[in-house]
Amino acid sequence: MENKIQDKKEDKLILGGHEFNSRFILGSGKYNVNLIKAAVEQGGAEIITLALRRANTENKENILDFIPKGVTLLPNTSGARNAEEAVRIARLSREMGCGDFVKIEIMHDAKYLLPDNYETVKATEILAKEGFVVMPYMYPDLNVARDLQNAGAACVMPLASPIGSNNGLSTKAFIQILIDEIDLPIIVDAGIGKPSQACEAMEMGAAAVMANTAIATAGNVPAMAEAFKKAIEAGRSAYLTGMGRVLARGGSASDPLTGFLR
Amino acid sequence: MNEENQVYFIDSDQLPPAALERKHKLEQDPSFRTDYMKYLDDMEIIDSDIKDKVLKAMDEYDYDSYTAADVERALSKETCNIEDFKALLSPAAAPYLEQMARKAENETKKHFGNTVYIFTPIYIANYCQNYCIYCGFNCYNNIHRKKLSFEEIEHEMKVIADTGMEEILILTGESRKYSDVEYIGESVKIARKYFKNIGIEIYPVNVDEYRYLHECGVDYVTVFQETYNPVKYETLHLLGHKRVWPYRFDAQERALMAGMRGAGFSALLGLDDFRKDALATALHVYYLNRKYPHAELSLSCPRLRPIINNDKINPRDVGEKQLCQVLCAYRLFLPFVGITVSSRESAQFRNGITKICATKVSAGVSTGIGDHESKYTGKEDGDAGDEQFEINDNRSFDRMYKDMEDGGLQPVVNEYIYV
Repeated sequence: MENKIQDKKEDKLILGGHEFNSRFILGSGKYNVNLIKAAVEQGGAEIITLALRRANTENKENILDFIPKGVTLLPNTSGARNAEEAVRIARLSREMGCGDFVKIEIMHDAKYLLPDNYETVKATEILAKEGFVVMPYMYPDLNVARDLQNAGAACVMPLASPIGSNNGLSTKAFIQILIDEIDLPIIVDAGIGKPSQACEAMEMGAAAVMANTAIATAGNVPAMAEAFKKAIEAGRSAYLTGMGRVLARGGSASDPLTGFLR
Repeated sequence: MNEENQVYFIDSDQLPPAALERKHKLEQDPSFRTDYMKYLDDMEIIDSDIKDKVLKAMDEYDYDSYTAADVERALSKETCNIEDFKALLSPAAAPYLEQMARKAENETKKHFGNTVYIFTPIYIANYCQNYCIYCGFNCYNNIHRKKLSFEEIEHEMKVIADTGMEEILILTGESRKYSDVEYIGESVKIARKYFKNIGIEIYPVNVDEYRYLHECGVDYVTVFQETYNPVKYETLHLLGHKRVWPYRFDAQERALMAGMRGAGFSALLGLDDFRKDALATALHVYYLNRKYPHAELSLSCPRLRPIINNDKINPRDVGEKQLCQVLCAYRLFLPFVGITVSSRESAQFRNGITKICATKVSAGVSTGIGDHESKYTGKEDGDAGDEQFEINDNRSFDRMYKDMEDGGLQPVVNEYIYV
């Protein structure tokens, strides 16, 4: 687990040896490419994901050309239906100059786009050995998270809710288990629909939050990116400070139950 | 007498008397026609119960039994089940079109954001061995036939690719004789040089043939069932392998079994009862999704259009409002599927529907053979093959791109990698 009481100035997100100040990972899909720059700037994001298949174009509007310099690219393998396809897409991404980061997305389900944990572990193992900074998207399962850690993942990215659903932390209890038990950054990915939900994930001790649809479908994309930035920072500060206790019901009893003990 | 279909029957004065006699017999005498439920010898039969499920549901669907309360219940729910879908397709839902559209818009945004894909079809041959009475390519229709050579295909593809298009749909008339599987496979290999994403819309084939085409570079297979009502189907498809209804129905499943990434579906709205056909089309997708959850499935929604030698053909009772209702119902029932709206529809309709639920439009379209260059540049080409039907929206790629942007959408020309 990360050290809770470190100074905020030194509070870096570390992924595969790379340090980041921002804990907001921004998605680039589902909105106009010419808004990406403003969203990155207003959201203060240092990492931006993109579907490699979106970059597979000769079109005048290749998404890669719209991502500001200095931002770390996190290409994802969406479109992969198994480990073998994910590995092929990751290698292609490296050949295309997208760097060593890769977010593994393996879906064998076109309806809910739920990740295939088993294939994800297999792809993680192969790509980590090839020197990729592997960031696997997964369904929050403790045993799988351990397998991913052993396979060389740089972090674990459990889903909060189905992609695009904006339903928030449906898997909260299981994400908490990963945060408590896994010695890697836990980055909450998918289904986060509002800044308050991102804040809640950070309060729980998530290392970062990834969001796309919530921002893409907002009335003002860069402004929503900024709202997420603030929420993520607030949640992080609250987590580092140590949250005040939450009283279950009204005030606490003045005569404790254990008052009889001597 | 086949009175209901009389509007489709056109006699060419070029036909020899014997052929004309045969044509008339096919049209008027059902006993002269082959068994449309019986597979021909070379047609592969796969083990699938999806046909039976779809036919049963279509048979039982009494859309007049649904009420406003059923529609309101469907609209108030987060996910839409089969019963809700039936209500949304029913006449009772007509007054709720605006609400359906708003809910559909929301679902589309969740799954696709504001992206809209642009592609173009290329017809490489218009020879056809079938007599489908509403189609311009039918074997009795007197049109100029053409099959492009590989050099001509390469030239056409270059012309199309130069506009900026990266996704192509290769079509043929349905003739194994003139456009055999290898001819199509070789055309696909040429297409790989110019396009990132290749789909086909050809006659249905067996699993091993789909596998060969996949290896050539195809990942998406579209087959239109035309009408899901076999009894009506029989009266429209009078001759040829296309007459075999069940073999056509299982085409998408065979394609998926062969490793294709995705499949496209549609009824040709206006041929029969459009509500029942829409129900069957969506259930075809629904059941295949349950059996092949990884497959990327998509819907189209063509309406009947006039053809060469018959300008009376029209979409009958399927107006734009009905079409919009069908498409919104599709979106609410199957929020994850792609929806393609073709150039059969007007520019105004396509601009509007892409904001609600359509995710893909064609542009720079010709349904003729080998006439892209003349259509794009005005350069004369007297030898082009005739068109399958008249299109309505003839916008170029650039114009479509700009119109979609102006509508607040993000045009995407490719989001696909062949792996």
